[in-house]
Amino acid sequence: MNQAPELALRQVSAGYGDEVMLEAVDLTIPPGTIVGIIGPNGAGKSTLLKAILRLTPWSNGSVLLDGQAVEHHRDRLAYVPQREAVDWTFPITAAETVMMGRYRHIGWVRRPGEADRRAVAEALTRLRLEEIAGEQIGELSGGQQQRVFLARALVQEASILLLDEPMTGVDQATEELVVGLLRELRDAGATILQSTHDLESAAAISDQLCFVNGRVIAFGPPSETFTPPILHATFGGELLIVRAGDHAHTHAGGHHGSTAPPPS
Amino acid sequence: MDWLTEPLRDVGAVRALMAVVVMGATCGAIGAYVIVRRLAFIGDAVSHGVLPGVVIASLIGTSILIGAAAAGLVTAIGIAVVARSGRIREDAAIGVLFTGAFALGVVLIGTGADADEQLESLLVGELHDVTAANVVLGVITSVSALAILALLHKELLLTSFDRTLAAAQGYPVFALDALLLVLLAMTIVISIQAVGIILVVAMLVTPSATARLLVDRFVPMLILGSVIGALVGVIGFYLAFHLEAASGGTIVLVATAVFGLAFVLSPTHGVLAHRRLRHARHDVVAPAVDRRAGHEHPVE
Repeated sequence: MNQAPELALRQVSAGYGDEVMLEAVDLTIPPGTIVGIIGPNGAGKSTLLKAILRLTPWSNGSVLLDGQAVEHHRDRLAYVPQREAVDWTFPITAAETVMMGRYRHIGWVRRPGEADRRAVAEALTRLRLEEIAGEQIGELSGGQQQRVFLARALVQEASILLLDEPMTGVDQATEELVVGLLRELRDAGATILQSTHDLESAAAISDQLCFVNGRVIAFGPPSETFTPPILHATFGGELLIVRAGDHAHTHAGGHHGSTAPPPS
Repeated sequence: MDWLTEPLRDVGAVRALMAVVVMGATCGAIGAYVIVRRLAFIGDAVSHGVLPGVVIASLIGTSILIGAAAAGLVTAIGIAVVARSGRIREDAAIGVLFTGAFALGVVLIGTGADADEQLESLLVGELHDVTAANVVLGVITSVSALAILALLHKELLLTSFDRTLAAAQGYPVFALDALLLVLLAMTIVISIQAVGIILVVAMLVTPSATARLLVDRFVPMLILGSVIGALVGVIGFYLAFHLEAASGGTIVLVATAVFGLAFVLSPTHGVLAHRRLRHARHDVVAPAVDRRAGHEHPVE
């Protein structure tokens, strides 16, 4: 993985139709950073990732990679979609899905070559998928499916990885493998942005947290931002905090309708 | 072997058989995209939208195929544009467009001579007067469509499977969508003579759906769908001749029967296989299945 450029968002707003999902986002993310994007359902976490890719129905402001517009450097970004966005009945194998990450390198009309097949094989091995390379993607477990898409992002050889809910629906072993991989990539200079519902693990693995709810509420290292006032400002009454001993166990509750009062 | 050669005594019948094979093979190939992109309704819409073009062409005395192609393209592009505007839901937009075009065709045809007969042959197919020019045009269209599918395989597959990745990488997603709709429209045009406007959608969907039941990968599905399309065309052609039945209806019935067989007997996706697998899973790996099911419905 290459050294990432500096990723900067300047007054980025984005949305669908007349709806504004995200307003006036200003962020500067240095290379070699893991950023956890945190916020309640519908807060604009996915929209933020898609706005960086310029894929929302509309967006304005500018997204810059080392000061240059992202539109000219799409090859430096890789995107892993939310599980719900994938058609798991599609007649395609794990290896073929990973190969799609090479399509831009291969170019129009041409067929995958030896180097492409080798890149795919390496990524499959790295994510421990070599045994199920020939399986149709719908046959795989949730963790394997997530790893297939991560492998696809790897073979793109991008330096900025955008992951939408990568830990949702995966088993413990996958989570450990993925966290290890993300750290390796980060140490090699890559920038990783991942949206998540799991506040604890986001705080544990991220260098920076980005709290989002229609706008960026806070951005900074977990030690400075993972605090009750910021959590409250982000989640309002939707956050359930259970104090057990000295540890604050937090849980973002969209569907639970948890109404425990936030700490002051 | 009389039953094999008898239907081919006159040259018109040989041309009809060639038209059927070309139609079946092309529909089966395009059909792979119709299945994975869920274009069945759009296919039906384009085939109905062809009617006014055919009628106008015959009224002003130009080639029916050219009229059909023009109307099919207008309908396909109209659908792509209206669907993209996002003002009303796509299925409603399609419903409005193609029924309107079809109604225009019905009204226009009512003004010509022997209107009923003409309408019937357009609706359910008419293999008796396939001209040599029809066959040549069909072959040219088919070969170009298949060549484009082969050349742009990666790009069309990617936009079908993951539009977000395609767009994120800067592929012209809308142009590729439109191209596929154009290929779909051309395939429909060369198929109408054999099976008619109403039944074309069956040839676009049924052979490929049958192939999907038998294989789990896209390229094998496309090739198998194409082979099944051509085969059911040939079988239907002979059956229709010997039973003195309508060719379009017979071909589609054969396709439906083959689908039914695959639906029950497919080693991986058939009803029987599923029953067997369910039993096997229940005995051996029930805990694993349960654990996985638990993960598939995460609490957000």
